Amino acid sequence: MKILKFFTPQNQTLLRQLVITDFKLRYQGSALGYVWSLLKPLMLFSVLYVVFTYVLPLGKGVPHYPAYLLLGIVVWNFFVEATTMGMGSVVGRGDLIRKVRISKPSIVIASTLSAGVNFALNLIVVAFFMLITGAEVNATAVFLPLILLELIIAILAISFFLSALYVRFRDIAPIWEVILQIMFYATPIIYPLTLVQPHHTLLTLVSLNPIAQIIQDAREMLITPTTLTTHDVLGYGWSIGVPLVLITATAILSIMFFKKSSKKFAENL
Amino acid sequence: MANLEDRPIRISVDNVGKTFKVPHERSNSLKQTLLSFRKKGYEEFKVLADINFKVHEGEFFGILGRNGSGKSTLLKLLAGIYEPSEGSITVNGNLTPFIELGVGFNPELSGRENVFLNGAILGLTTKEIEQKYNHIVEFAELERFMDQKLKNYSSGMLVRLAFSIAIQAHNGILLVDEVLAVGDERFQNKCLKVFAEIKKDPAKTVIFVSHDMGSVQRFCDRAMVVDNGAMIYIGDTDEAAFRYKKLNFPESVFTDTETGEVPFEISVTGADGKRKKHFKFGDTIQVHLEWKKDDRIKNAGVAIFRDDGQYMFGTNTIIDKARVTDSGVTYEFTATLGGAHYFVQSALFGANEDDRVYSIYDGPNFSISTPSTWQGAAFLDHKWQS
Repeated sequence: MKILKFFTPQNQTLLRQLVITDFKLRYQGSALGYVWSLLKPLMLFSVLYVVFTYVLPLGKGVPHYPAYLLLGIVVWNFFVEATTMGMGSVVGRGDLIRKVRISKPSIVIASTLSAGVNFALNLIVVAFFMLITGAEVNATAVFLPLILLELIIAILAISFFLSALYVRFRDIAPIWEVILQIMFYATPIIYPLTLVQPHHTLLTLVSLNPIAQIIQDAREMLITPTTLTTHDVLGYGWSIGVPLVLITATAILSIMFFKKSSKKFAENL
Repeated sequence: MANLEDRPIRISVDNVGKTFKVPHERSNSLKQTLLSFRKKGYEEFKVLADINFKVHEGEFFGILGRNGSGKSTLLKLLAGIYEPSEGSITVNGNLTPFIELGVGFNPELSGRENVFLNGAILGLTTKEIEQKYNHIVEFAELERFMDQKLKNYSSGMLVRLAFSIAIQAHNGILLVDEVLAVGDERFQNKCLKVFAEIKKDPAKTVIFVSHDMGSVQRFCDRAMVVDNGAMIYIGDTDEAAFRYKKLNFPESVFTDTETGEVPFEISVTGADGKRKKHFKFGDTIQVHLEWKKDDRIKNAGVAIFRDDGQYMFGTNTIIDKARVTDSGVTYEFTATLGGAHYFVQSALFGANEDDRVYSIYDGPNFSISTPSTWQGAAFLDHKWQS
């Protein structure tokens, strides 16, 4: 209930203004302006489409592979952008924090929402690719919001932790960058999970990764019902809960950590 | 305002102290932290200690302090930006959360967009900002510029916009930090009018932080002086201003530390020689300098300062070719200065000005009240011709 109490009209206004400002400033001064936020992913995805269909067809056996691939990349990019922005959010708004009593969680949440706006636009482009590659929307797509909620909670949990840590230790930035690189290869984004199927231990390890679970579930629900999900790998035993437990535990710990350190943000910044 | 004590308490500051941990070398990196893990990597700085005061509803409360006195830290504690290391601050009501104008202004956004952004940062809701928007623009006199980017604003326009938002954002308890020092004179007057209005409103409480004694004396019902992180005075504004002045003009060549004797004294009296503090325009004011007989002293000088530090007038016996006795001299002048608070500085010296024996930088203060038939810092002898 405390979480609901956070969304006072004041904090809602603050969140909205911070996100709107971010969005307005993103393509400030460019001739095409907001069009870029659709054009950029469209151009990038076209390149990826060509590369992974003709040059490096990793997902030959996967139905609707282009859309499948793009969805994975879009989700992953959201994760990278949101956590990186989230990490820098408190330090970036240091000027505000030092001079105004401001809701600090709002600053972190705003960074996730900002990345979320981009994510939503990217999803539109994915829908466009689904359309031209003839992928049908599955009925299970109605559960997609649940998966997205899980993703946002995971992002917020990481952002709260990293943003508070970044105030004290600026080394976190390169460290997180390296971790993201490792995670990129440890997650079935550009390769299908079926590719690791022969290596049993590796497959289990990869499947314990919450981001892998989110991406595979999203693909299964939206595009390719035959996607090998992490649930399929882990069976429906205790290990199926691992990603959820991981996210929940991280969320609780980072919110506690953030709450404690946020009292000193103004003096440490 | 006589029964101020009966009014509800809006802010209560109890035994508040603030200590900062300052790292020896700012350990912003993990390596430094790991390496200095065993050593105590920081030093503690006590910036404020034992601060106690209460501000009542409708009060205009001043905080005076020099730079580095801890006054800004106190303000940040009141605003809720810092948390006190010791003690507690209780705020009863809605307190403005900012200590600086125009925080979060973005030069790439239009004036209008910045009003909404800044308003949100100051804790207003969209609805409130929409309601207040016209007032803000009108007060800032920027009707024609609201769709322009802020980067095209002059600094005066920026300040006007920021001040207007801040004034509208406040409901209840206002923290003001030397905003009077900004904007052109016309806008300053407008701000002063707003303050005068707020002062009249018994529901509004103001904490006014400044190093300008004049404005504190003009507006505040009570004031507090902070120095070196401690409260050195709280109470009457005139007395607070005097204490504060003493801090700024430390007695350099004065009281004999061994005997405790005071070798040089200044007193201000009326024409009748009786000590007096308040004068009317046209009164005769006498400044009496008395000193312990000293062969080195051959001349004396007197200077009159306004309480904001403005040097009004000064001269000495060398320039005026006047004589002093071996233990004193009286300097007499007519009160032709504008209505304000003033204080005296004086120096005793030998054959020339550089040859100082004693100086007093924080001499007695006095005030002059003027009729409303003219305005300004001093009366000029004048006539109209046609």
